[in-house]
This record gives sequence, C-alpha cells and structure tokens, in this order.
Amino acid sequence: MTLFDDFLIRSLIAGIGVALIAGPMGCFVVWRRLAYFGETIAHSALLGITVAVVFSFNFMLGVLISSIAVVVVMYYIDRSENLPTETLLGLLAHGGLAIGLVVLSFFPNMRMDLEALLFGDILAVSKTDLVVIWIGGGVVFASLLFLWRQLLTSTVSEDLAKVAGMRPDLTNLCFGLLMAIVIAGAVKIVGILLIVALLIIPAATARKFAISPEIMAALAGLIGVVGVIGGLGSSLYWDTPAGPSMVVTLMILFALSRVLKISYGTTEKSATRNK
Amino acid sequence: MGIYRSNRWLVRHVDVKVLRGQLVYIIGANGAGKTTTAKALLGLIPTDEGEIRRGPALKVGYVPQRLHINPTLPLTMRRLLRLTERYKNTEIDHAITAVGLQRLGNPFVSTLSGGEFQRLLLAQAMLSRPDLLLLDEPAQGVDAAGADKLHNIIDRIRIELGCGVLCISHDLQLAMDTGDDFLVLIPHEHDEMDST
Repeated sequence: MTLFDDFLIRSLIAGIGVALIAGPMGCFVVWRRLAYFGETIAHSALLGITVAVVFSFNFMLGVLISSIAVVVVMYYIDRSENLPTETLLGLLAHGGLAIGLVVLSFFPNMRMDLEALLFGDILAVSKTDLVVIWIGGGVVFASLLFLWRQLLTSTVSEDLAKVAGMRPDLTNLCFGLLMAIVIAGAVKIVGILLIVALLIIPAATARKFAISPEIMAALAGLIGVVGVIGGLGSSLYWDTPAGPSMVVTLMILFALSRVLKISYGTTEKSATRNK
Repeated sequence: MGIYRSNRWLVRHVDVKVLRGQLVYIIGANGAGKTTTAKALLGLIPTDEGEIRRGPALKVGYVPQRLHINPTLPLTMRRLLRLTERYKNTEIDHAITAVGLQRLGNPFVSTLSGGEFQRLLLAQAMLSRPDLLLLDEPAQGVDAAGADKLHNIIDRIRIELGCGVLCISHDLQLAMDTGDDFLVLIPHEHDEMDST
C-alpha cells in the first residue's frame, strides 16, 4: 500500500503535473493567438482515442498520435494552401471529431464513456497514466527551457528570429509537437472540450501580474495548480464533476484578478525592474 | 536580382551595393517591392534571379517595417533588447542612450508610442554591432520632427559603428540630400523587353 493507491492522491498529482506545464504552454497559446489551434488538436483527439480503444492501447498514446498528425498536416498544408488558417483548423477539428464518431459506430459492442472523454475523468487516473503524464511533462518542460529564447523571439517576429540566425519554422513545428504532448496528457484531466480552458485561463489571469514573459509562464503554472486543487476539492465536498469544477475555479480566479485591476491599475506603466 | 511569384516579377533588375560607412536609400512608391527587396537581401525570402554577395561574416541588423507585439506579452523595453542574445547591462544602457530612450525607465513595449518603438527596434538592431543596418521605412507613421530626430540617430549610429546603412523610404528628397547613393524602384509592367 503506497501513497499512490489512493485515487485522490493520484488525481491530484496527475492534475498538478498537467497544470504546471499547461500554464507556460498556455502563455504561448495566448501570445501567439493559437487558441483555435489548441481546440483543433483537442477535438481531433477523439479520432486518436477511438483508434486507441479499437486496438486496445493506452488512449493517451492514441491522442498523441492523432495530435502529432494534426500538427504535421497543419505545418505542411498551411504553406501550400491559400485558405485562411482558421478555416483549415476548423476543417481538421471537426473532420477529426466526425471521423472518430463514425469509426466508433462500426464497433457497436465497444463501450466508451463519451462524457469522460468530453469533460475528463481525473478520478480514474491510473498509476501508468501518472507515470506517462509526469514523463511527458518533464519532456515538455525541458524542451521549453531549451527552446525558450527561440520561441519567444519568433513569437515577437519571425523575421527578427531569422535575421538572428534562428529557424522559426522549426521552432514552430517543435511547439506544435509540444502542444500535442500537453493535450494528450490533459484529455484525461479535463476532457476534450475543456483542454483549451486549462491552457488559456491561467495565462490570461497571470498577465495582470507579470512583468516578464518568464514570470507570466511560472504564474500561469501555479494558477493552474490552484485550479486543479480547487476543482478536486469541490468534487470531493460537493460531488461536482472534477474537470468542469477546475475550469470554474480558474474562471473565479480570473474574475478575481479582473476585480483587482482597480488597485493594480498602474502596473502597466511602472514595470521598472528588469529581467 | 529578381523575385518571381504568382506569375509575375515582384521586383527585377535590382542592383544595389552598400559599402561600409555608406548610407544608401531604396526609394519607391507603395507596391514597388521595397520590402520584398529588403527581405531578399536579408535572405528571408529566396531570389529567382541574380545573386546577393555579402562580405565575409557579414552581420546584419534589421528593423522591420511593421512589428506588432501582442500586448498580452509582458515585454519590457530592456527585455526586448535582450530577446535574441544575453547582452550586458552596460551594452543595453548604451543602446538605449544611443536612441534617446534613457529617460523612459523600463516600460512595457506595448505602452511605447510609434516613434519610441521604432527607436527601440533600432537599438535592438545595433546591439549585435552589425556591419550593415537594414531599415525598412523607419520613419513611417512618425511626424516630421520625429523623423528628423530618427534620421539624426541613424546617422550617429552609422558613424559610431562604422556600418553601412540601407534605408528604405519613399522620401526622394531626403535620399538625395543625405544619401551616399540611392536606388529607385518603379512598379513595372513594361519589363517584357528583357524577359528572355
């Protein structure tokens, strides 16, 4: 009997692992206006899950495969097609979702808890899931540290990045792959429909208090952790669904940060320290 | 040099040369291909004709024409200067002073005015001590007094670094008055005679 035999502890550790990494990634999603890109990976994850269930392997791996497929397809189509990016994203998002549902209908005997997929099932996190989440999180964290300067520069301007000898195209591809990993980990926690909330709400909340990109990323991670703890607490005491409760907690934090705006109204002009 | 896209030449027969310490202008109306030319010279887009010769280990500083920084990105002035490399504090101070922004403190870049932001970008470009500064309409959206000030700053930087400056502009008068050389780009529909 170890600590991790308790499902609540497992849920907590898994949730914290995902939130810590979703915060910094979410900052880039906000800075680069990629919310819809996140939605697309998340929606098309249903196809990956279906495949995983049909061939009976860990469904996070399934999500990872479908997410990487979306990232790679976007990377190549975006350069050759002259359709607006968000049109392509919508195409992939709902195409993936629809194909997933149709494929699922070919296997009438297969039971799949659609609600758990859409809104998360954090209380059912297994020890394997836990290991996968923390290893994936570690990989993403290390990559973010390594790529930080490149990512930040190409967020400001791809041209400036190129002139400085960087490769923004490769940086963007790497970022997409990191997104795929984060989303694969987050499906179990908050579900397909709520993943983007876990990415962007902590970042949006953190912006108010951040005087540098690094601080904003760290704050967003911590805010995400508070959201996870709040959501699980609410689920425990009031028997609310855990995933949506986390998002509600994050929304409350965001609303509070907006109210605080009055007293912090001068931060914009007075960021005199440097990082 | 020429660039051919979507069945037409965006720019063609561009021949420009910048020596160390020179100020050279590229002048042209909107749509004449000034920015395209600049990006090709920087190697940001490939050329379809001709060649670009660079001095050995040529370092280029670039100030893009339009750069919008998402205000959700909490970048302060000093942090922006440190974006691509870890410069020393003294270097940062020097660059900020060189473009006359030293009295602002360290505000978020999203709160800077258009002219201040252009000068900050200029500081960013000079920090790597480039051999060539490429400025894409640095005075765009800046009033006449601000433009004057900006061009004075550019001149001082050119003398201090001993670098060449290639400046894109639509001010022919300015180019004739202050430039060592200038090149005028004309939007061309009449190039068939030498399309062989």
